[in-house]
Amino acid sequence: METASATPAPPVIEMSGVVVGSAPDLDRAVLEGVNWTVRAGEYWVLAGMHASGKNDLISLLSGLTPPLEGVYRLFGRQMSLYGDELAAERLRLGTVFEHGQLLQQLTIKENVALPLRYHRNVPWQEIEQRVGAMLESTELLPYADAMPGRLPRHWQKRAGLARALMLEPEVLLVDKPLAGLDPRQAAWWLNFLGQWFAGRGSPRDRRVTLVVTAEDLRPWRHAPCHFALLKEKQFLVLGHRPNFDEQQDSLVGELLAPERPG
Amino acid sequence: MQAPLPKSYTNYLGRRLFRFLLTVQGLVAFALITLGVILTKWRTAQNVTLPQVFREIRRSGLNLIPMFLFMSTALGLMVIGQAVSRLSQVGAVSSFLGPIMVAVVVREIGPLLTAMLVLSRSGTANVIELGTARALGEVEALETLSVDPVHFLVMPRVIGMALGVFGLTIYFIAGALLSGYLWAFLQNVPLRPGDYFQQLADGLSWIDFAILVAKSCLFGIVIAVITCYHGLAQPLYLEDISRATIRAVVQSIIACVALDALFLFIYLTV
Repeated sequence: METASATPAPPVIEMSGVVVGSAPDLDRAVLEGVNWTVRAGEYWVLAGMHASGKNDLISLLSGLTPPLEGVYRLFGRQMSLYGDELAAERLRLGTVFEHGQLLQQLTIKENVALPLRYHRNVPWQEIEQRVGAMLESTELLPYADAMPGRLPRHWQKRAGLARALMLEPEVLLVDKPLAGLDPRQAAWWLNFLGQWFAGRGSPRDRRVTLVVTAEDLRPWRHAPCHFALLKEKQFLVLGHRPNFDEQQDSLVGELLAPERPG
Repeated sequence: MQAPLPKSYTNYLGRRLFRFLLTVQGLVAFALITLGVILTKWRTAQNVTLPQVFREIRRSGLNLIPMFLFMSTALGLMVIGQAVSRLSQVGAVSSFLGPIMVAVVVREIGPLLTAMLVLSRSGTANVIELGTARALGEVEALETLSVDPVHFLVMPRVIGMALGVFGLTIYFIAGALLSGYLWAFLQNVPLRPGDYFQQLADGLSWIDFAILVAKSCLFGIVIAVITCYHGLAQPLYLEDISRATIRAVVQSIIACVALDALFLFIYLTV
């Protein structure tokens, strides 16, 4: 008899035969035949070179673009484009964009508070308290009243992370979290994401399923992640903690190369 | 039999007409979507949207009061100055100043000029703000947060601009009527204030008030819908924003003038 602990976690993201279109030009396929399952509590790193379709895949996963072909299910429900009918599923998914994509007319604090104020009918004092705690944990408290345009990009990205986490999503999509960061900032992101993955970041100690994209595999090399490659319109699953030294794919070598042009 | 126009002209006119029809279709669809969102989501997240509405009323109404004080004073001078110079030639200055102010300022120039000034100041800002938000991916960020962009960005602008234009129109007309008397007084027109205001009251009827309310609110709605449509409804790159702003301004002017003509027709037939 199988024990409860041996039962695999339910899939949160399921793709079968999905063709991903380019976000600016939806008719052009950037990934084909994606068959992929993400289970609750997994940590995935999707690696690929520039313009390999990472951004487009994140757009599709967050429901901003439809699959050209195939079926994409989020929490067991087939995803459609933005609409009210799947609002409940969408609120269980958080997205962090590469540049934060903050609303430029709102302060950092207002940006972070927005999802909570919009979706949860909670008293203002509680919103203040929760937003304050999130700003503190992301070290954004000194910039709470600053407009996003006045802050460097890496702080904007952190504010985007804080905003996505305000509703405590079960799945967090993070587009290129380490791109353009110095080693100290990159270490902070790895540590912060690791804490949320382990259930130590959330106020209710709930684990978050993580899907991140990367153009450089070195920082993730020893992380307890599942890996997939995006290469020449293909989605290649490398598996959980693969031995990178034994990988035959030349792209893995390139993504692990200590020095890359530019 | 020869065609009335060379083929290149007919092709050109056909393309322009087709583009015009597509724009009208897009604008009508966008207006209906906005109306649907206002009706179905008015009570949703009011703690977020109501401050946005007040911000828009401030931006399209209250903040423009100093400019409108100047403009209404200038309009009173222009209308009274021209009227006094013409009417004095036929010796009818004191008996026609009130009716002229009602016909020119209350029924026509007041609401239309208010709409044009709000368009130039707040309408253009709408296109630029929303166009930038669209180009920088802020709209997509809202969608991933399950925040309806029409509810969060468009609805407050439409309501705020309708109320803002309405309030400013009243303020503008009142200012022009008062400054009109001031200029008449300075030009030694033999007209007492009581007689002037009596002429204004006699010249106005319920239909003037009804049309003034409907017209000014509709001008605000039309400007908000057109500027939001051009800023938000289509994918934009940063370099497209200036062209989108020009299109929005031209179409808003045309729509407001057409609407004004429609109200004139209604006034003449009622």
